[in-house]
Amino acid sequence: MGAVSQRERFAEVVSDLLDTDPAVAVVLADIGVGRFEEIGAVARHPDRVINVGIREQLMISVAGGLALGGLRAFVHSYTPFLIERPFEQIKLDLIHQGVGAVLVSIGASYDAAAEGRTHQSPGDIALLDTLPGFEIHVPGHADEVEVLLRHAATGTEPVYVRLTEAANRSAMPITPGRFHLVREGAVATVISVGPTLDAVLEATSDLDVTILYSATVRPFDRPALRNSISDDVVLVEPYLEGTSAAEVSAALLDRPHRLLSIGVPNGEYRHYGTPAEHEAAHGLDAVGIRRRILEFVGGDGRI
Amino acid sequence: MTTQTEFRYDDLPSLMTRMTGDEKHSTAATSTLDVVWVLYDRILSIDPRDPADPDRDRFFLSKGHGPMAYYAVLAAKGFILPDVLNTFATFDSPLGHHPDATLIPGVEFAAGSLGHGLPVAVGSSLALGINGSPARVFCLLGDAELDEGSNHEAIAFAGRYALDRLTVVVIDNNSSSHAWPGGIARRFEVEGWSTATVDGRDHNAIEHALGAAHAGSPRAVVAVVQGKY
Repeated sequence: MGAVSQRERFAEVVSDLLDTDPAVAVVLADIGVGRFEEIGAVARHPDRVINVGIREQLMISVAGGLALGGLRAFVHSYTPFLIERPFEQIKLDLIHQGVGAVLVSIGASYDAAAEGRTHQSPGDIALLDTLPGFEIHVPGHADEVEVLLRHAATGTEPVYVRLTEAANRSAMPITPGRFHLVREGAVATVISVGPTLDAVLEATSDLDVTILYSATVRPFDRPALRNSISDDVVLVEPYLEGTSAAEVSAALLDRPHRLLSIGVPNGEYRHYGTPAEHEAAHGLDAVGIRRRILEFVGGDGRI
Repeated sequence: MTTQTEFRYDDLPSLMTRMTGDEKHSTAATSTLDVVWVLYDRILSIDPRDPADPDRDRFFLSKGHGPMAYYAVLAAKGFILPDVLNTFATFDSPLGHHPDATLIPGVEFAAGSLGHGLPVAVGSSLALGINGSPARVFCLLGDAELDEGSNHEAIAFAGRYALDRLTVVVIDNNSSSHAWPGGIARRFEVEGWSTATVDGRDHNAIEHALGAAHAGSPRAVVAVVQGKY
């Protein structure tokens, strides 16, 4: 993990945006307020850092009203309370009104593993996929968070930035909306999303595979996938397994291809413990990813 | 005030008939008729020639079903051409059974699902304050719509934030299944709102209630009309 967490970087960057852009606002539902108080953003911008209390539906609706008034609202909460609980508000008070906001979650699929299912949200991106127009970013490092948030601040479209307590050792030189080519190989193309990169690199260190790193999953960088050598594709996503499978299929519509989707299986998990234990249980650690890739490509796949 | 056209209040039934095809109009449509007319005729500072003026007053019709009265008033006040009313609810019409703000000039909010207009109106009120605008925000709800919990998140917050540029009109046609102990106005008062309850057909009373000063607190006007049948 880097010196600064993704969530800490989020508060720093948005605080800076508040200082420099009078059209930026923050909407919170208690969660995260303390961090914005600590760094002085609430004191400096009491009218633009809005805490609605524990009212997540109102949190999204207020962001919609702010957007109708020309403001760029950053909305932040724990993943299930930002995306799942107020989903109709996202659908109607943002998308149907024709306005956007920047939704920034923390917690990912199971950062708060010990809190149980109520705080786990592996289905968030699949849910947002039912709505048109969302840009969706899944950074794997705090430095990437900064790039993506500053990019999001310049637009008016709906954006989702999915933060996590996990982090890759190093940031990738990302361009929002594009995959980053980490290395090229012949046996398969592995798309590694956000915080899965370190495990993917460990799992494939001696395998002859292309690694595409994706910190943006919507839009899905179809040209980058088409440019890869192999039509055996492995999709490694740290949320609901197969969430981007339709995107891979659309990208390779005219080419015979095979797809292995690795992610969080769709189940009602009643386990606590640690994020690492959940990763291992779902085959999302390096051991599990390697085993499934080798089964998929056949043989040992080595260089 | 809106631009004067040749249409008056007495012309609204004929405009509504363009959509409904007969002279009998549903209670859902007519319950809002007088309040919407008074808003557009006497209260709102809006101009159909400049519907995107950043300092215009905002009107959020949250109770979007039965919008014929709303559309008739928009036509009467010059936001849409009366002939557009004839296309009501057809495939390519901008006028559906629930208004869509992206399709109709002068409409601020795309309504349909209940309990969304007031929370968004709260956000709009905050935005206008941040932008230093003098504009006011009016939001119309139905009494049964108040059953939706999302409204109560907004009512509580608006009271604490003293959003005095915000006025809610609740059309009370006694259609809430379980009603409100102590009356609708009481529900707002306990959250710090200024309130009034008026005859929802009395134009002068509606105008007076909507125009009354309420510095430091949001305003709720309960407009009582005949019950559904």
